Amino acid sequence: MNFKEYCFKKSLWVFHFGGASCNNCDIEILDCLTPRYDIERFGMQLVGSIRHADVLLVNGSINRKDRQRLLEIYNQAAKPILVVAVGACGCTGGIFADGNTFAGPVDKIIPVDAYIPGCPPKPEAIIAGLVRLLNK
Amino acid sequence: MGKELLYYLVFPGFIFLAFVGGLFSWADRKISAWVQFRKGPPLLQPFYDFFKLLLVKETILPSRGSKLTFLLAPVFGLAGALLSGIMILLPAFGLRQGFSGDVIVIFYMLTIPSLTYIIGALAAGNPLASVGASREVKLVISYELTFLLAIAAIISKSGMVTGLHQIIAVQQSQGAFAGSFSGILLVAVFVLCIQAKLGFVPFDMAEAETEITHGCFIEYSGAAYSLIKLTKYMMLFILPAFLCAMLLGGFRFNGIGFLWAFLKLIGVLLLITLIRNTNPRIRIDQAMRFFLIWMNLLVIVAIILDYFNF
Repeated sequence: MNFKEYCFKKSLWVFHFGGASCNNCDIEILDCLTPRYDIERFGMQLVGSIRHADVLLVNGSINRKDRQRLLEIYNQAAKPILVVAVGACGCTGGIFADGNTFAGPVDKIIPVDAYIPGCPPKPEAIIAGLVRLLNK
Repeated sequence: MGKELLYYLVFPGFIFLAFVGGLFSWADRKISAWVQFRKGPPLLQPFYDFFKLLLVKETILPSRGSKLTFLLAPVFGLAGALLSGIMILLPAFGLRQGFSGDVIVIFYMLTIPSLTYIIGALAAGNPLASVGASREVKLVISYELTFLLAIAAIISKSGMVTGLHQIIAVQQSQGAFAGSFSGILLVAVFVLCIQAKLGFVPFDMAEAETEITHGCFIEYSGAAYSLIKLTKYMMLFILPAFLCAMLLGGFRFNGIGFLWAFLKLIGVLLLITLIRNTNPRIRIDQAMRFFLIWMNLLVIVAIILDYFNF
């Protein structure tokens, strides 16, 4: 592993995009920042601006209006950017997959690097998914 | 000539400032983590962040707004931080005498990073960056007067000498200024000014992450943002060192003096970080009132106390 790649993997800054979510995944994602799980140990931080982000964390079902915003956010990001789909809705559409306003799971809109299934996934599962992503 | 270059580029210049500033930034994040019962990041985390931004990430230029100004602002900010750091550390480490009146020059140099943040944000053409820039302007207006008054009070305490080297010499012969009543008031004012200069909570309204998403820095990415990060690391070391030199008796580098210098710097950093972690963000009008009325009043009380030799 060369120096550039090592620095990138040691300092992933995460931008959280919530689609039409039921908020369960949002709560579990925020759990990762709490004293018990503390992903800052691995150098990960939540950032407020997509320009600073290295990981785009998408959760919730993506409906037609979210689709445009997700594309816009993805195009605004500084490359290289990794995309992680969190939860059943982000990965496949979950119970909303047959809905009228549903505009496809995340990987139909932008390329996805890692999937973390679950409804909602446990914080341990989210950290395991991020570790998989780091070791990829 | 070779010695000058060594001073500016290696010690106590660019490399030393960047390295120690990065370690201070790590200490700040680690102390924050301990306050919140977390583990915190590894020791080299600030350097990973810096090199990731510098080497890996793409730099995006604003489509509307001035591209050249946007890119040059962080460079000038870094230069301002570097020059003020050298001007403070050469007399504080006893390497150079400096010149009479260099405290005033240092005061001007220390405002350059804030000014370049404002210029860069206004060149970005983003509405949230403009909000951040407007708040930063108001914050600079409110704390600079207090900061200047505090420096004037220190100059009057040291018997009207205006060189940093002479101020340190007066303190080392008569005891640190922080040992008197007026000195304690001045330390309190100085620490709060440092808090505002660094943009830490409670005065982080210019880059409020949760409110206007990094405000001034919202459009910066890649190498330009890495220079801003480096400027912030350097300022986190320079300002506590300036406080130690002006009020806490400077540094002595012989035997136990090393330990004292380290403890002084870490103590100031601990104080700043604890204030940051135990306070909410205040609004810009509250910050202006806080500095323009209460802090100025405190400095004037300190000057009057000093006049009566307390």
